[in-house]
Amino acid sequence: MSTHDAYYIPHKAVWPIMATAGLMLMLAGFANYLNGSSIGPGMMLVGFLAFLVMLGLWFTLQSKESESGMYSHQVGISYRMGMMWFIYSEVMFFGAFFGALWYARNISIPHLGDSGAFSGPGRSTHDILWPAFQAIWPTNGPGNVGGDYEAMGAFGLPFINTMLLLTSGVTCTWAHHGLLAKKRDQLIKGLIATVSLGFLFVTCQAIEYYEAYHEMGLTLGSGIYGSTFFMLTGFHGFHVCVGAIILSVILFRSWRGHFTPENHFAFEAAAWYWHFVDVVWLGLFVFVYLL
Amino acid sequence: MTAVVAEHDDHHDHHDHGPEKGVLRWLFTTNHKDIGTMYLVFSLIMFFVGGTMALIIRAELFEPGLQFVDPQFFNSMTTMHALVMVFGAVMPAFVGLANWMIPMMIGAPDMALPRMNNMSFWMLVAGILLMASTLFMEGGAPSAGWTFYPPLVLQTGNAMPFAVFAVHMLGVSSIMGAINVIATIFNMRAPGMTLMKMPLFVWTWLITAFLLIAIMPVFAGAVTMLLTDRFFDTSFFDAAGGGDPVLYQHIFWFFGHPEVYVMILPTFGVASTIIPVFARKPLFGYASMVYATGAIAFLSFIVWSHHMFTVGLPVAGELYFMYATMLIAIPTGVKIFNWTATMWKGAMTFETPMLFSIAFVVLFTLGGFTGLMMSLAPLDFQYHDSYFIVAHFHYTLVPASVFILMAAGYYWLPKWTGHMYNEKIGQLHFWLSAVSVNILFFPQHFLGLAGMPRRIPDYAIQFADWNMVSSIGAFMYGFSQLLFVYIVIDTIRGGTGEKVTDEVWEGASKHGLEWTVPSPAPYHTFSTPPEVIPTEHF
Ligand code: HEM
Ligand SMILES: [Cu+2]
Repeated sequence: MSTHDAYYIPHKAVWPIMATAGLMLMLAGFANYLNGSSIGPGMMLVGFLAFLVMLGLWFTLQSKESESGMYSHQVGISYRMGMMWFIYSEVMFFGAFFGALWYARNISIPHLGDSGAFSGPGRSTHDILWPAFQAIWPTNGPGNVGGDYEAMGAFGLPFINTMLLLTSGVTCTWAHHGLLAKKRDQLIKGLIATVSLGFLFVTCQAIEYYEAYHEMGLTLGSGIYGSTFFMLTGFHGFHVCVGAIILSVILFRSWRGHFTPENHFAFEAAAWYWHFVDVVWLGLFVFVYLL
Repeated sequence: MTAVVAEHDDHHDHHDHGPEKGVLRWLFTTNHKDIGTMYLVFSLIMFFVGGTMALIIRAELFEPGLQFVDPQFFNSMTTMHALVMVFGAVMPAFVGLANWMIPMMIGAPDMALPRMNNMSFWMLVAGILLMASTLFMEGGAPSAGWTFYPPLVLQTGNAMPFAVFAVHMLGVSSIMGAINVIATIFNMRAPGMTLMKMPLFVWTWLITAFLLIAIMPVFAGAVTMLLTDRFFDTSFFDAAGGGDPVLYQHIFWFFGHPEVYVMILPTFGVASTIIPVFARKPLFGYASMVYATGAIAFLSFIVWSHHMFTVGLPVAGELYFMYATMLIAIPTGVKIFNWTATMWKGAMTFETPMLFSIAFVVLFTLGGFTGLMMSLAPLDFQYHDSYFIVAHFHYTLVPASVFILMAAGYYWLPKWTGHMYNEKIGQLHFWLSAVSVNILFFPQHFLGLAGMPRRIPDYAIQFADWNMVSSIGAFMYGFSQLLFVYIVIDTIRGGTGEKVTDEVWEGASKHGLEWTVPSPAPYHTFSTPPEVIPTEHF
């Protein structure tokens, strides 16, 4: 009965409901802010901090329990499954935005511009309002929404960023090998490299955004191209930040001597998340920048 | 089976201590039964909140002309009624049942991730609070329909961002709940409880959980794009910028169609659990039930545009989505055949849970038939956005999902409380519900076929008679449900006073593990893995 000899049942959880309250306050604050109410930003900040602190306390408790050997093998499997399916839900979340990009490029734009499979008598939708519109990607639409802009090329910062993330994937795996081989030095070095590459990526992306807004006229408001570009890369950038923060925590814990070759769920979860962020970027690089 | 239970916490004995006292027990609980109870109570409350909105709608539609509410508020009511019922009543009720029953059915001590379980309940409450708060805002609650179609929805007042964030929170809640179900089923089954021995309720929930994880993020993505279109200048759904309102519909229905199966698959599971017990026969075609559920779930991902036959899809698209949709009738038919065959020559008795289940089989079939009618693209041009649609989905939701939720309540209440409910009042509740639900929804078929559009506060005079009938049915149905509340409270307080056995229903222990533990089920059901009794279907 090896999997059942240690049912682990926590009997009281204070942090989840508090974290939820914080999150709700933050979102209500954000909504108020969007509606132009002056209490919005304050609420948002308080809610965000509360959320963060509660999550922090929750995870501290988890890591203490883990380090004191409270988690059986079975618990470890539950956690792994949880992380796996969480990442899957994230994949579907990105899927919605990739889907929007795909649809715009292959259906709505050709439809608007009377081209490809959508051409033919009675099919075009632009004749009356926008007779001059042609279906060419990238586009900010027949209404030239957001004004003139320049599209983002693939081989500048984006390519460098691709290299940064790919390398960070390698260093992350190298750290994992260090952990498995009980080489704490390698573990810590690998994590430092991964986290640094992650933050470097975010920095490069910030520069890229700055150039887009200030030199290229490319903004979130630049029609469907600007919308999909910033939505996809923005959400991804946000995930890189989160991933890098998680890895920083893992780094801190590794430095404190946490994790053993047998018991290191948190490391694995962070690594999986990081690889996921990595793969999403490859999708972005191909579909947003290259094609 | 005497597994040693390692105790890691020196201060408490996890397996013998009862619940804590006071309100904190509920706020901080990680016990699957407590959380299940909270879900069930919450959903019952929401059932009446949403029901009140429905009665406002039906009161307004009792006669032609504008009587009670202004059109804007009427539209808010149709929108909020749907949102509250879907996200606040039906889905949480099934999560509640999952929490209570899945660990008991598979011989697990609790859900796999108890702390997250707590969070997923409170996320639900928070999401519903955000949603409900919009009722009191400038510009009123969302009124563009539960589908949030742009560009109309972009005209929502201050409610807009609140509704979007509410959807986000509800999505997180559902995803956490679903992850928990999956981890519990895959990781916590008692030895010997192989996948193909699991009760169908567990199977259907497993498959539902996969649906939820796949679709809730997509819905979140869709409303996020609405938010940015409204507040951050994006053009996802604006043709001038190269976007397309139809894009929203595709994304929404990629979520929306599987979503309706999220509400019906666990319904199937409960029906498959109850019918064999009262037919005193093993479930007919267990394996085919499992495969049919899987097939329905798979198909539900590739049929979404049957909600969009009239938006101007290319002919190939119309044809594809038409045929794909019709395919769903096959696995659904398998299920209905199996339930019928289970009852065939059974030694049937007709206690309240069974009555509701039989009514479910009959009336759900009717809803399935109208679905099949609408799946014919050329015909749907007539039915679309008419009351016929309203009749269709209410037949699949009220006398199906809601009836089965009632059946589940009657079926498991004795196990939950240790008391027997009042069978006479239960049957009265059933007959009142079964009759009134048909008075309520059947005439809506006629109204739809005659051309009455959905979501309007006023209508042409020729629709008057059937609307009046429908409204009468609505009030009858609504008030009959108070009987259920009475019965639940009465049962908790001792019910008939009759001592219930562990098995409760004659022969039930052959059908499920939950009938082998005491009634009421102890706070922690299994401290050691139970021996898996071969269930009836073998
Ligand atoms: C035999 C299986 C089914 C088929 C073939 C089917 C088909 C359809 C079709 C074609 C529509 C779109 C009609 C239109 O808007 O013109 C529709 C709408 C709908 N169906 Fe079904 N359906 C089936 C089962 C179900 C089930 C089991 C549920 C829920 C439990 C359900 C809930 C709904 C809802 C809520 C709508 C309306 C959505 C809206 O526009 O607000 N259906 N169905
Ligand atoms: Cu559908």
